[in-house]
Amino acid sequence: MNLVRNILFRREAGILVMIVLFCIAVGLYKPQFLTGQSLRIILLLTPLIMIGAMAQMLVLVGRHVDLSIGSMLGFSAMVVGLMYREFPDLWWVIGFPIAIATGAVLGIFNGLLVTIFKLPSIIVTLGTLSLYRGLTFIISDARQINRSDIPSELKLMSRTSPVFDIPWIILIAFGIALMTYVIARHTQLGRQIYALGSNPEAAPLRGIDVTKVTLVVFALSGALSGLAGILYASRWGFVNPSNTGAGFEFQVIAAVVIGGVSINGGVGTVMGTVLGVLLLGCVAAALPLLGIPGSTQNAIYGSVILIALLIDRSVRQRGAASISRGGA
Amino acid sequence: MLKKLLITTTAALALTAGNAFAEDIDIVFVGKNTGNPYFDSLTQGFVDACEVIACNFEFVAPATAEATSQIPFLEAQIQRGVDVIAISPNSPDALNQVFDSAREKGIIVLTVNGDITGNEEHRDATILPTDFTKVGADQIEMVGSLIGYEGEVAILSATTEAPDQNFWIEGMNETIANDPKYANMTLVATVYGDDQPEKSTTEMEALLANFPDLKGVIAPTTVGIAAAAQVVQSRGIADQVKVTGLGLPSEMRDFVKDGTVDGFQLWSPYNEGWLASHFAVGLKNGSMTNEVGATFEVPNLGTITINEGNSINTQSALTTFNADNIDDFDF
Repeated sequence: MNLVRNILFRREAGILVMIVLFCIAVGLYKPQFLTGQSLRIILLLTPLIMIGAMAQMLVLVGRHVDLSIGSMLGFSAMVVGLMYREFPDLWWVIGFPIAIATGAVLGIFNGLLVTIFKLPSIIVTLGTLSLYRGLTFIISDARQINRSDIPSELKLMSRTSPVFDIPWIILIAFGIALMTYVIARHTQLGRQIYALGSNPEAAPLRGIDVTKVTLVVFALSGALSGLAGILYASRWGFVNPSNTGAGFEFQVIAAVVIGGVSINGGVGTVMGTVLGVLLLGCVAAALPLLGIPGSTQNAIYGSVILIALLIDRSVRQRGAASISRGGA
Repeated sequence: MLKKLLITTTAALALTAGNAFAEDIDIVFVGKNTGNPYFDSLTQGFVDACEVIACNFEFVAPATAEATSQIPFLEAQIQRGVDVIAISPNSPDALNQVFDSAREKGIIVLTVNGDITGNEEHRDATILPTDFTKVGADQIEMVGSLIGYEGEVAILSATTEAPDQNFWIEGMNETIANDPKYANMTLVATVYGDDQPEKSTTEMEALLANFPDLKGVIAPTTVGIAAAAQVVQSRGIADQVKVTGLGLPSEMRDFVKDGTVDGFQLWSPYNEGWLASHFAVGLKNGSMTNEVGATFEVPNLGTITINEGNSINTQSALTTFNADNIDDFDF
């Protein structure tokens, strides 16, 4: 197992090296990229993706996938937005438990479909991706929640905080990363998720309640999507039934895979995922600075993800080889 | 329903005092896509008009703004037998056949807020918010007045292929190059935020990083101007960089109130709906004619003239919004 861990460690170091080299390369052309201002831009671009990536990491480690996160984000944000619009006198902080609970309910529904009917999660969440998006249109009557309906205290969370004026949403995102680290490394649940993803056949034989673990993983994915939903309202100041959260799953899964989480389950670290998110953030901030037009940016994004997948593949092959050599 | 009937009956009685039992005109408005706040306001203009004049109104729209996505909605409305189809077309040519079959059945087809340029013979008339040929020059004057007619300005637009925006940007380039009033202003860059808040934000940040002497940014798109204003607000540089462009007062109110944005422009989407429904009812009951040069009266808007190409503008110039008047607008 040490060999595997070493390779993974090297993988994380590898991403860090990629980030540093990328930043230096961009900095050679555009020295303004290597300033505190850029760091602020990158960190403000990534909190929602960071939160989504933490949830998706646990889902992928458990050998599932959750494609519905963008729609859960949109639905939860819309529920909270409607609440703010219809009941402006309510204390705005109530929006947080409501968004998280809404997301959790949607996530549990995903989990129930996966566990009770033994359906592949990729199909279930492909279905709920459309279902939850459609419900968002229905509850909102296809209307946007406008900037004036979002409480200014909530919007202020994306601009500042008492901690060195670092915006709250950045602190929350790193707080969620820390929480995920604790779950993954220091709880029974975390060990069970890794065991389930490494070998789904053997997990029940080891006394793991597969149904419960799967449900918890999907509930967490929903709850964190809900949190990302209310933070979307904070960051962008509106909730739109068609745009809010659209394509979120694409960004998140890309970041997680770049961070070295294997889509075949059982492998993935919080540190790698955080670095994957930051690398994507650096790329997203650098492309416009370099004056690369929008159409080309998409192609470059896609290439970064494919390269990461190729690295992932070679790492897994080497990892598997080392395990069989070690006889584990 | 009863209330509606009462209102229309009373209105008809009061206005014509004889034609009280004339049938209401059925108007449908086919929007570009659902969930677009711009069209909420436009639709409200139709709704309010049909409260006071003899029409029934319905709004339908596809989920996405693709070239062909409006066709099934149009076919359903033709089958239903509506009297007037108003539409913000998603394509300048994909809808020709459906429009033709609607008009064969006696349905009036009006394009609203955007026209099928090059295929005008397939619709009856178009209702546009303002004279689009003046938008570019108006926007340059707006940014010029904010920066003292001196320094670098940049444009943050929607998508690279957006036809309206590209037409206005062309006008901005011509104005700044040819009008001596703007000789000390330079247009340094045009970037595209694809009408997404994330992308518009990174493009705006990149503008500020690449052009440290930037004095003004024109964002002729509602998503772009809000994103640009948010960047300036977050950096606290409203004194150095002036953001303006085309935006919705409901989206921009906060930024105007806290001093991030001094002024921006738009027309009234509400008035487009208001005018379109009055025009539709007038054509159907014979009180208005759809001929170039003809004029007619619309309550609150005054005398409206049908221009070349059966084109109608709801207002002659852009409205400028600032701290003094922004509270007068609720769209």
